Amino acid sequence: MSFLEYNVKSTPTGWQKILHLNWALAMLLVSVACVGFLMLYSVAGGSFSPWAETQMQRFAIGFLAMIIVALVPIWFWRNMSVLAYIISLLLLVYVEFFGSTFGGAQRWIDLGFMRLQPSEVAKITVVMMLAAYYDWLDLEKVSNPLYVAIPLLIIGIPVALTFIQPDLGTSLLMLMGGGAVIFMAGVHWLYFATVIGLAVGTVTAVFTSRGTSWALLADYQYSRIDTFLDPTRDPLGEGYHITQSQIALGSGGWTGRGFMQGTQIRGDFLPESHTDFIFPTLAEEFGFVGAASLLLLYVLILVFCIATALMARDRYASLMVVGVATTFFLYFAVNMAMVMGLVPVVGVPLPLVSYGGSAMLVLMVGFGLVQSAHVHRAR
Amino acid sequence: MKRTQREIEESTRQITRRGLIVGGLFVGTGGILAGRMRYLQVERADDFRLLAEENRINLRLLPPARGLIFDRNGVLLAGNEQNYRITIVREDAGDVDAVLDEVAQLVNLDLVSLERARQEIRNRPSFVPVTIADRLSWEELSAVAVNAPALPGVNPEVGLSRVYPLGADFSHVVGYVGPVSDWYLEQTGDTDPVLQIPDFQVGRYNVEDKTEGLLRGRAGTSRVEVNASGRIMRELDRDPATPGSDVQLTVDAGLQNYVEARMHGESAGAVIMDCTNGDVLAVASAPTFDPNLFVRGISTTQWTGLNEDPYRPLANKATQGLYPPGSTYKMVVALAALEGGFISPEETVACPGHMEIGNRRFHCWRRGGHGRMNMLESISQSCDVYYYELAQRVGIENISAMARRLGCGMRHDLPLSGIAEGLAPTMEWKRRRFDQDWVVGDTLNASIGQGFVLSSPLHLAVMTARLASGKTLIPNLIRSVDGVPEARPEPEDLGVNPDHIALIHQGMWRVNNHSRGTAYRSRVMGDEYSIAGKTGTSQVRNITAAERAAGVIRNADLPWERRDHALYVGFAPYDNPRYATAVIVEHGGGGSVAAAPIGRDILLRAQVGDVPPSDLYPVSQRRGIEEMHRTLPIFEAPPQPSGRTPDRGGQDA
Repeated sequence: MSFLEYNVKSTPTGWQKILHLNWALAMLLVSVACVGFLMLYSVAGGSFSPWAETQMQRFAIGFLAMIIVALVPIWFWRNMSVLAYIISLLLLVYVEFFGSTFGGAQRWIDLGFMRLQPSEVAKITVVMMLAAYYDWLDLEKVSNPLYVAIPLLIIGIPVALTFIQPDLGTSLLMLMGGGAVIFMAGVHWLYFATVIGLAVGTVTAVFTSRGTSWALLADYQYSRIDTFLDPTRDPLGEGYHITQSQIALGSGGWTGRGFMQGTQIRGDFLPESHTDFIFPTLAEEFGFVGAASLLLLYVLILVFCIATALMARDRYASLMVVGVATTFFLYFAVNMAMVMGLVPVVGVPLPLVSYGGSAMLVLMVGFGLVQSAHVHRAR
Repeated sequence: MKRTQREIEESTRQITRRGLIVGGLFVGTGGILAGRMRYLQVERADDFRLLAEENRINLRLLPPARGLIFDRNGVLLAGNEQNYRITIVREDAGDVDAVLDEVAQLVNLDLVSLERARQEIRNRPSFVPVTIADRLSWEELSAVAVNAPALPGVNPEVGLSRVYPLGADFSHVVGYVGPVSDWYLEQTGDTDPVLQIPDFQVGRYNVEDKTEGLLRGRAGTSRVEVNASGRIMRELDRDPATPGSDVQLTVDAGLQNYVEARMHGESAGAVIMDCTNGDVLAVASAPTFDPNLFVRGISTTQWTGLNEDPYRPLANKATQGLYPPGSTYKMVVALAALEGGFISPEETVACPGHMEIGNRRFHCWRRGGHGRMNMLESISQSCDVYYYELAQRVGIENISAMARRLGCGMRHDLPLSGIAEGLAPTMEWKRRRFDQDWVVGDTLNASIGQGFVLSSPLHLAVMTARLASGKTLIPNLIRSVDGVPEARPEPEDLGVNPDHIALIHQGMWRVNNHSRGTAYRSRVMGDEYSIAGKTGTSQVRNITAAERAAGVIRNADLPWERRDHALYVGFAPYDNPRYATAVIVEHGGGGSVAAAPIGRDILLRAQVGDVPPSDLYPVSQRRGIEEMHRTLPIFEAPPQPSGRTPDRGGQDA
């Protein structure tokens, strides 16, 4: 269904739209962000600089961006999807050649006021592109192999570009986020069974290839896998992150050690505690109660997104919202699973909490799209 | 594109169906995550709490300040000084070699210690501080501190280190401390955790070693919170170290200095005691060495030098050296004879210069003989034949019993290293030791302090003090601990007839004051500081009959190590004995020439309390004495008592 079929008269117009935003969702996002400010303040040893203050400014910008995006009708965004996707591909190609290097990976463009990670942008644009594609595609053709190959290509190009940066975590997240949209679009389940089968085969191949001339992963990625399988193998080296992270988590107990009292953080035992490993900080200082509360906030955000998707009655809006929700879900689920030792350390931030500009801005724009779908839903 | 209503509904139905599946996956995954959180944070919380504590809490040992050592007047003999050193932490330094080069620009680093530091840096964990330079001056430490930004990982630190302000004078009393070696741990079986502290020092010699239990103190602990790189974040609690007890010795710093100075250039040993209470006032041995060398780590060259010196500076001749006491032993024989009633003081013995026993001839030191000698003359002129006669009457058992009563041939328990036991031989001893019968010749040799008899200057000083006081004085070296005076048993009476003691005193007085006394040259002018003594000369070689026939070679013509030992024992003042001394000059020649002047000077110094004025000396000697006192390494001024007064028990007379 297209914008022409909207009952425009019953849709709010102008600034009235602001009142029709999903304010419950907005407040949940603010709550999560506030948890982030609190933890960044704590990690900095009780100081707004260098992280909490910047993070607040970025969230303010992100929140504003979300409202602006929300006020623009959803059909506009659908029409912009292809353009956005192409721009993000160009940015990915650009960082491949001119990007700033950190930790052995070319990941961002220095814009001066912030560092833009094109791979973060691509997570959303891939979702937008796929949603637009399935909105355009005849329903009968959805499971046609030819029309299944096209979305695979749409996903495959940015995933490949991200993978060679190299950024395994983001490329996997992008792959799974796109996969969720394809699944939502109603592609026959046999395709998914095949993909899962292939994935298992690939994992086998990856492990068999180890140490041979055709090794599929970089050494540091292999060692991350090894360490994941047995973190105690090298507690001061490869397994240090995950061991210290679990100690921080576990020592929190039921109610935690109290705000600013986490010894793992105070003593610098936990590296990257302001970015990827911020969740153990929260868990150490606020315990199971605090950690589970944050998880609950995240799940509530997802519930609102799914509800929006189901109520939209617009194929583009529904698919796009589920795609954004899945991306968001993958962020926090992978991050939490990572710091709790359930999956390898892949370098995924905790959404809206970890210090970082690109991911937050991109997610807020994504939630702006969700809000736009909510505001401009069929009534 | 346009869709039919049917298509729209089918799409919505499908999205709803699949949306619920996806939503279910979300919630399910959330459940797994929550379950994992619960497992880590609730079920295994205690394990992780423990690991977190292990991470952050470090127990650090705080070294106790070592107890100080004072002389009897509160002069500091062994103290602690601030020791500035710099350490390096490898992981903070980054490029260790570059940083060490930088440090070498600022402070003096010798290549050997630098190489040792490099090796230690390689061998130790990267976060452990390693000392790269020790005993820096304040200027050097400041230079390092000022340049700290250019020297990552380098930290200036302050510790305590032992220092001996009076240096070499007290090495034979106070001793020295040294590092804790594996050998030390093995020997002592000491498991005190304090020994684990890096650069901790323990007593290795003399008082420092023997009173280690008093001086060491107890380690404190500090529980500190550390960060991942081992840097201390804050102290959680602290159990301060208990400093070691302060030990006050009975020695007198000024007197000790004078005795060491007086023996300078000789290979000699001397002990001086207070013969009213047994306090040891000085234990000196020359040559001596600087104990500070051992604290700082002695170099191989210095060690070899000390070890191979024929004058043996490392040995304490006053307490560790055993010598035939020679004629200083004659008082023992005389007193044993008087007490046993074997002779009356007036009875005379003819000395023709030798005595024949069986087919052996025993010589008097005076070839021509002394003529008729009574007891007083025999002491003052040291006639050997008189004592050969006494020896036969008294017998070795009585002589050695008297020797032990006077403190010879037994171990005196002073807190000094390697104290020699001495020997007052008996028939039974010889049988056990050599499986031979005692013969009368052995007794004759013993009667003039030769043969099997062995004593250290300490034994002879105790003997002289007991003779002078008539009491069984026990030598002691510790005056007080932490201001609490050490208990000293009240000396008992020797149980010897006072008339006999008085007679011995008279004989000894004549040695120094009678014109025919062997130490007449070493007399004191005036009665106030009058001294009494006895010289001794003990052979270290056998004089063959052939040599005796050709004329005994004079000491001056012999190589140093074959010359006779010179001995002197004495006490003063004569009327009311207060100080007793014993001196040995190894291979010094005759006792009257080499040892008696030293003994006299020591006794004068003890009585006067300062460098003795020259009018106490015979006129002919005054110029020489003044010259000597000017050139000897004596303190410019008597050392001032340090600010801290250790003696809360009050000074005794």
